[in-house]
Amino acid sequence: MASDMTKPILDALSASDAPIISNQAFPSIPSTNVKSALDRLGSRQMVEYETMDREVISLTEEGETIANNGSHEVKVFQAVVAAMDGLKISDLPGIVGKDNAKVGQGNAFKKGWIKKDKDLLRPNTESVVDDTRELLMTVKNTQTLGDQKAIADLKRRKLITLQKVVTFKISKGPKYAKEFVKEETDLTFDMLNSGSWKTVNLKPYNFKAKGAPTTAGALHPLNKVRQEFRNIFFEMGFEEMPTNRYVETGFWNFDALFVPQQHPARDLQDTFYIADPAKADPPREDPLNDPHRPKSAQPASKATTAKPLDYKDYWENVREVHQNGKYGSIGYRYPWSADECLRLVLRTHTTSVSAYVLHKLAADPRPARFFSIDRVFRNEAVDATHLAEFHQIEGVIADFGLTLGGLIGFMEVFFAKMGIHQLRFKPAYNPYTEPSMEIFGYHDGLGKWVEIGNSGMFRPEMLEPMGLPKDMRVYGWGLSLERPTMIKYGVSNIRELVGHKVDLNFIETNPAVRLEKD
Amino acid sequence: MPTITVDKAALFKELGREYTTEEFDELCFEFGIELDEDTTDSDRPIVDGKQEPPQLKIEVPANRYDLLCFEGISLMLNIFLGRKPLPNYRLVEPSSGKLETINVKEDVGTGHTVAERTMKIRPYVSGAILRNIKFDQIRYESFIALQDKLHQNLARQRTLVSIGTHDLDTIEGPFTYEALPPKNISFIPLNQTQKMNGEELMTFYEKDKHLGKYLHIIRDSPVYPVIYDSKRTVCSLPPIINGDHSKIRLDTKNVFIEITALDKTKVEIVNRILVAMFSQYTSEPFTIEPIKVVSEHNKETRIVPDISPRKTEAEVSFINQCCGLDLPAAEICKLLEKMAYHSKPSATNPGLLDIEIPMTRADVLHQSDIMEDAAVAYGFNNLPRAFPNISGTIGQPLPINKLSDIVRMEAAMAGWSEVLPLILCSHDENFSWLNRKDDGNTAVKLSNPKTLEFQVVRTSLLPGLLKTIRENKTHTVPMKVFEVSDVAFKDLSLERKSRNERHFAAAWYGKTSGFEIVHGLMDRIMAMMKSAFITGEEGLENNSVGDSQYWIEELNCKSDFRHYNLDNITDTLAAPTYFPGHAASIHVRIAGKEHAIGSFGILHPTVLEKFELRYPTSTLEINIEAFL
Repeated sequence: MASDMTKPILDALSASDAPIISNQAFPSIPSTNVKSALDRLGSRQMVEYETMDREVISLTEEGETIANNGSHEVKVFQAVVAAMDGLKISDLPGIVGKDNAKVGQGNAFKKGWIKKDKDLLRPNTESVVDDTRELLMTVKNTQTLGDQKAIADLKRRKLITLQKVVTFKISKGPKYAKEFVKEETDLTFDMLNSGSWKTVNLKPYNFKAKGAPTTAGALHPLNKVRQEFRNIFFEMGFEEMPTNRYVETGFWNFDALFVPQQHPARDLQDTFYIADPAKADPPREDPLNDPHRPKSAQPASKATTAKPLDYKDYWENVREVHQNGKYGSIGYRYPWSADECLRLVLRTHTTSVSAYVLHKLAADPRPARFFSIDRVFRNEAVDATHLAEFHQIEGVIADFGLTLGGLIGFMEVFFAKMGIHQLRFKPAYNPYTEPSMEIFGYHDGLGKWVEIGNSGMFRPEMLEPMGLPKDMRVYGWGLSLERPTMIKYGVSNIRELVGHKVDLNFIETNPAVRLEKD
Repeated sequence: MPTITVDKAALFKELGREYTTEEFDELCFEFGIELDEDTTDSDRPIVDGKQEPPQLKIEVPANRYDLLCFEGISLMLNIFLGRKPLPNYRLVEPSSGKLETINVKEDVGTGHTVAERTMKIRPYVSGAILRNIKFDQIRYESFIALQDKLHQNLARQRTLVSIGTHDLDTIEGPFTYEALPPKNISFIPLNQTQKMNGEELMTFYEKDKHLGKYLHIIRDSPVYPVIYDSKRTVCSLPPIINGDHSKIRLDTKNVFIEITALDKTKVEIVNRILVAMFSQYTSEPFTIEPIKVVSEHNKETRIVPDISPRKTEAEVSFINQCCGLDLPAAEICKLLEKMAYHSKPSATNPGLLDIEIPMTRADVLHQSDIMEDAAVAYGFNNLPRAFPNISGTIGQPLPINKLSDIVRMEAAMAGWSEVLPLILCSHDENFSWLNRKDDGNTAVKLSNPKTLEFQVVRTSLLPGLLKTIRENKTHTVPMKVFEVSDVAFKDLSLERKSRNERHFAAAWYGKTSGFEIVHGLMDRIMAMMKSAFITGEEGLENNSVGDSQYWIEELNCKSDFRHYNLDNITDTLAAPTYFPGHAASIHVRIAGKEHAIGSFGILHPTVLEKFELRYPTSTLEINIEAFL
């Protein structure tokens, strides 16, 4: 540790009330040492000081040599003059030294002191003035130079260096004392025990610095946003759906949702199909020991109204409504393929699970609210805004006599909970909802309307084959978890949010998420 | 959603007024289409020395085939704005009284009927004639563009339906639709000069940017579909290309449309859209000349197109209830008028509306579609708001998610950072990089991934953790990361032949191995799960510690846990996942039932090498479902 300068400073000040100048009082002490002592004394008001910055010029080793012995070019000139009848270029390094020859010859040419005559150098003038040496002598004696251009030139030639010299003008402070009393850095157990805390002199705390970094674990930012959305759903009475199945059948992912088998969403370009295992079974009751069966799968009461679910019936109803039309629908009128239904896919949306849960509800149709937030898969080319995997937020409300205005009203409350207060709704198309509404929210930061989700009422062609009554209507809405997160936190590349390329520092320093405030 | 580009000035002229971009955007929004771009203020290309006039790029819903061209958008917006009624489309037979005909030809002589061959390759044909049509450059281009849009969207890249349009004055009916061996079909394709047969044509167009992608539809079939006129002139080789002979030009007066298809419903949808959109340019606007299709073998002999509106009924109460309105029937009819329906209150049942759905609206399947249109006409944003406030469910998390949250919180509180890698990974990352062998009964494998990164659904959380560490090399060590999420396994006993399993995994990466540290994290999680540690010798007999206990056993380095199921220990590759002697399996006994739930250990240096990790790494992975 550098020498403690507090005592020398206090001693130097004790002589008189006049201020002292640090580089005169302590010429050999680095200014940083003086500064740290001054900070300690200053914070205790024992001294006051002013900082004075000054630029001084000093010679480099080469500059020192020139100041003492003359410049390279003068040496070359002198050698050429001394040779009387021209000097062979190849002889020059031998006479003036290699370094002098190289630089000096060039400079001497530039200044017009010497000329070339075949392989001989001849003087071009009678006498020369060594201006470089004179400048350097001035610097050596005064540590300054008036001519800024000359300074720049010498600096470029690496003959001088510029240095900032900090000096302090120090005077006694209001609490000046000759002795610096030793300070304790912290209150300790021993002080409490010995009672020395009553007299101990505690070092002042630096209120401008940060505290010691705390070790902390962290939750992933996207999961923090997810938790906020889950809380919104819980507050509004929603039950979480069992989305812990990535692999779905074509039936649940598409057919049950009245997505026709030629729909572009079913293209290889959009959907991941499964090679192994090869083929699904038709829909059937879950194993009774499946621990993830939804609560709502069980009828509300042991009421006799609950009817057992007939999966075969459901399958046939789905076929019929696609192929020939049913339930007041003319259907798509195409030959429906059971094989297409039994292809396995990675679910492209969690709506497949909503269909599964709504079908369970048909055993005892009653008002219900469900939600899920989980991963879905699309066979898309990956770019800054698209990943093959993302999270879908989905909400479902089933009730008798629901209206479209109710869906709009509900969305207004739902999105207000995440701080979006202005919504408008655009008619849209979605194979399984009718009406379908795109939800736009006004984003204050961006100053424009942005699409924030999709919503609608599930089609009768989806609900009635399940056995749900005709007057039961079901709202469904969905949005991605990533998009609002990216907008809210200014993340422009989705790969910085999801996947292994995320920066751990981002995870560790991301603030707590408060959707309604951020 | 398809995007349609229309001339801005022409559209506003049709709509009878100028709109600012904002006003037009608003109109689109209310109607349910989306103004994607107004090119007025952008750098427009210069074509033939003239700058392209301002255009509007409009996104239309994928099921609104009637909005796929300028004619449709302007007509439907005009109807929506109440400026025009739905046109009165009429079928007009030729003055001769004799309909043009397409015979789906049967050839008894060969022993196989040719018609049966069309059944195999492309069974349906339809068509129509637009008589005395007047094209100009813009209409002509729109006509071609509409066919293109229909081919791309409804027709699924021409697989389901394809359209051929011809100058009727260059050919002569009756036409035949046949299917012949490719060698027997010979003609000059559109815009070519050389005659070629079916086989040559396939080679000729193989590299063609535009047509090459359609060849596969018929290429390998022994017979190709073809339409001839009565003089054996090839009109078209659907779904690839028309003949050059009958191509339509700007000055074409009579257009013969033929449409072939795999789908009986879609062939007529396409026909109706084409004639509805372009019959307005015939000398007697909105007239269409029908043709006769003779196709006895599949009972498809009929006069086409059928332009009559589909008659249906809709319940007034259904529309009112869904919209939250209480409108009289006549008011609803007025709303529906704006969406191109003809409707009136039913004469026999006051609760019903008699509705005629125009031939252009193939998207209307159910009264819910009609209800939606009433709501659009009323204005979604004008509908009375309500707030549904009854629920039969109670807010509650899925049990496995609640359990996951507990583990996530405990791990984070213990100072570990949560990461969120992808669920899909490469086969190597999931198996050989971890020194694990694929027994073929474990992982769900994808059939059509676009990159090697997505070959399997992960069966372990480790690859994602290790890749995350790999990508964070500049982070200070040690790194302590974890994830609680699902992996998936094949399970042939289930409907979906697979199941998810919720895992917790953590990885330490630092200058020392961190073996004891992941061990300690495991202990901590077990303690939070109210599971008590029992040592091998005495503890196994000690049941006084509650109904959940755990212990660990040194993992035999010749084997490894894949399923975390004791019955399922399989051989691994040359080296195990973990460093020999520094790995353990984790066992729990819950309510008397034993489960092997996972393992932890120092990763084997060969694993580190594969994942490009320079420091020692210890990992932990357990199946948490036992704690449900």
